[in-house]
Amino acid sequence: MASATEAHADDHGHGGENARETFRGITRDVTKVNLTPIGRWWYPAFGVSLLLLGMLVVAVTHLFRTGIGIWGNNNVQGWAWDITNFVFWVGIGHAGTLISAVLYLFRQDWRTSINRSAEAMTIFAVACAGIFPILHTGRPWFAWWMIPHPNDMGMWPQFRSPLMWDVFAISTYATTSILFWYMGMVPDLATLRDKSKDKVRQVVYGLLSLGWRGSARQWHRYERAYLILAALSTPLVLSVHSVVSFDFATSQNPGWHTTILPPYFVAGAIFSGFAMVMTLMLPLRHVLGLKHIITQDHIHAMCKVTVATGTIVGGAYAIELFTAWYSGNLWEWFTFRNRILGPYAWAYFIMVSCNVIAPQFFWVKKFRENLVFVWILCAFINVGMWFERFVIIVSSLARQALPGAWGYFEPTKWDFMTLAGSFGLFGTLFLLFVRFAPVVAMAEVKAVSPAAHAGKDDH
Amino acid sequence: MEAETQAHDDDKPAAHGNGDDHGDAGETSTDGGDTELHGLLAEFETPGALIAAARKVKNAGYTEFDCYSPFPVHGIDDAMGIKRTKLPLVVFGGGLTGLCGGLLLQWWMNAHNWPWNVSGKPTWSIPANIPIAYETTILLSVLTTFFGMWAANKLPQVWHPFFRLDRFAKVTDDGLFIGIEASDQRFELEQTKQLLVAAGATHVEECHTDARPEARTVPKAIYGVMIVLTVVALIPFALAFKARASKSSDPHWHVFSDMDFQPKAKSDQPFGEFADGRANRGEIVGTIARGNLRADDAYYRGLRDGQWITELPAAFKVDVDKLNRGQERYNIYCAPCHGFDGGGHGIVPERVALRGGAWEARNLVSSDSVAIKMPNGQLFNTISNGYNTMMGYAAQVPVDDRWAILLYVRALQRGQNATQAELPAGAQVR
Repeated sequence: MASATEAHADDHGHGGENARETFRGITRDVTKVNLTPIGRWWYPAFGVSLLLLGMLVVAVTHLFRTGIGIWGNNNVQGWAWDITNFVFWVGIGHAGTLISAVLYLFRQDWRTSINRSAEAMTIFAVACAGIFPILHTGRPWFAWWMIPHPNDMGMWPQFRSPLMWDVFAISTYATTSILFWYMGMVPDLATLRDKSKDKVRQVVYGLLSLGWRGSARQWHRYERAYLILAALSTPLVLSVHSVVSFDFATSQNPGWHTTILPPYFVAGAIFSGFAMVMTLMLPLRHVLGLKHIITQDHIHAMCKVTVATGTIVGGAYAIELFTAWYSGNLWEWFTFRNRILGPYAWAYFIMVSCNVIAPQFFWVKKFRENLVFVWILCAFINVGMWFERFVIIVSSLARQALPGAWGYFEPTKWDFMTLAGSFGLFGTLFLLFVRFAPVVAMAEVKAVSPAAHAGKDDH
Repeated sequence: MEAETQAHDDDKPAAHGNGDDHGDAGETSTDGGDTELHGLLAEFETPGALIAAARKVKNAGYTEFDCYSPFPVHGIDDAMGIKRTKLPLVVFGGGLTGLCGGLLLQWWMNAHNWPWNVSGKPTWSIPANIPIAYETTILLSVLTTFFGMWAANKLPQVWHPFFRLDRFAKVTDDGLFIGIEASDQRFELEQTKQLLVAAGATHVEECHTDARPEARTVPKAIYGVMIVLTVVALIPFALAFKARASKSSDPHWHVFSDMDFQPKAKSDQPFGEFADGRANRGEIVGTIARGNLRADDAYYRGLRDGQWITELPAAFKVDVDKLNRGQERYNIYCAPCHGFDGGGHGIVPERVALRGGAWEARNLVSSDSVAIKMPNGQLFNTISNGYNTMMGYAAQVPVDDRWAILLYVRALQRGQNATQAELPAGAQVR
């Protein structure tokens, strides 16, 4: 879909009409996703997501009625797919915050095209992540005990437990992500309000946009607040996956008890998150006709981030292995040998080939331009990063110091249904977002377009 | 770029006449009498033109004006003379509150109100409390930023006079506007219009507020809905409050049974599945559980051939540890009545006497006491099964401990009936 926006992007500086046509083009192309009937692809996609979501509801209902014995977890594998899924989904979220906050601080203007949908991905991924530790507690209806509150039992949370740190980190992260996302969306919701023709949309978007009228005095505070939120989100996103890694690193378990875990987890999170952004964005820009807004340049940039973080992750695998050997610690070394040679060797090699080898193709421009190939590689990375958490959690627990207590984890159908169901939850939320919310930050794209400087003296 | 100045359809003089004729709906044509001038809205062609015009308006001395644009126009703050927002300072305060609050929360809950012993570590040690303090700092900063920004921007405010102008809908698309409000001291309709045109406006429009009082009040229905929702939202709290303040003999609601109710029969309950209708399963006649044979008559019952034994049973190995154990058990189980010295002056008889009652506990050690005359077997039987009003201790005290108690009682008796001659050299009473 050739559009006016690219054509007019260059000739800034003269002719107000050209600049305004650029702005109108951006508005038109983004709002048509919400204000005109959505493409036929949406319905089957939404149907499949709803079906998977229904599966999650069934699996969780059965879990509530019966208990976590329906999963493959056992005495040896107290943590298995539940925590794997949790870490996987939290990690996915991190790319969204990285794009919206860190790249904003670094003035990477290309982020404006993708930050909205990446932020949405963050929020929905955190929602998926949040259900797993709660279900994992066994009696999820007492999850609210983790919130410090005065109660009859005189019971307070144990704040020196990394699991409580998780509660605070994840809930702060979810709150911040939602507020940041919503705040960024308000000017665009105002656009939808003003472009909507029917009363229902006008009222709903009108309420959601809080009466935004784009005043310069409001923009001034808004931009300050946006910068502050970006500056706050950056240390936050680094802390969240670090805290998640503390769940493992502060334990005494060989294979978990390592200081490399926090940076290694953060790099892995960004890696998996970027892969997920591309997994979503490549088809989305196609079906929504946003190829001129989310361009090949954006894909190049995202591929480069992916190969960079993927290589960091590969380096972390190597260092982890080296340290286990160099430490001379029998148990540590055994755990790592067992990962590579033991019963979970298949998982280890899926992890290494998907996470270390697959992204290396992104060094080559030609591969980055073959979008089907990029998408397939990203799907592999998603699989690989899920397996990374599986390997860390399950293979470390399966064979601890006492050979008599060795075991092998086998997932049940309920494990599969819960995992697949979490994708259903994610898909449902994301497709609703695509249909009803502005998928591209219009105001930001306008602000960074050359047309935003039309008529200025210094241009 | 031809500038066209255009007054609003209903071109009455500003600021008057809205109070008198509000009842006459038929007189005013379209929107009920736009009589109060809110201000002027001027459109500009490019961001550059907007900045230049904003500077002119500011330099002309206007203060009650604003620029409106679909995106933040960089450079406009300076042109309009917008002062830097104090938001970061407020956020700093919020962050500091979060930090101190997070630390206070953890200290009060885990070190003060309920000092929590974790592996014997100090109850208050900062490093382990940093992650949560870090997160609360960020959380409070974020909340302050978000809500502070909207509050400073006086949003949400879903209604604004400019929204009445169709043209203003472009402000979220491609429109760049300057709005000067009539409340500005320098505002003079024609003069201000001239200024805006001279500044390069492509279109200048008057903006009137709706004079109808009903257009300025929230519809009653909305108040009604708000009241109903408020009341409905309070119902759960009211129920919870009622439940807390009143007494009830009904059992708790168990949304989740939490293993409180299990498909099992408890002891001494009726249970129809068994022929005798009881949940308890008695011992099977003619069988003895493994390890419960208790064939050693002397050890378990103090008997040999139906006679009380006088020596200690062979299965009971005597040593100092057994004696010490006997003393400890005696002091727990026997001393409350019989006294620490065995003289029958325990705390129980003393207390009963203080309250005017009578409670006799046997003197175990006087030379004429029953206990001293009993053979070992009979004394063991007394400890095990009781004597007169004394209950048996077989249920609480294991066999070996009962023999140890007996050993200690014998030691007390021996000690308190010793003759001078039996005492070791140097310990005789002179």
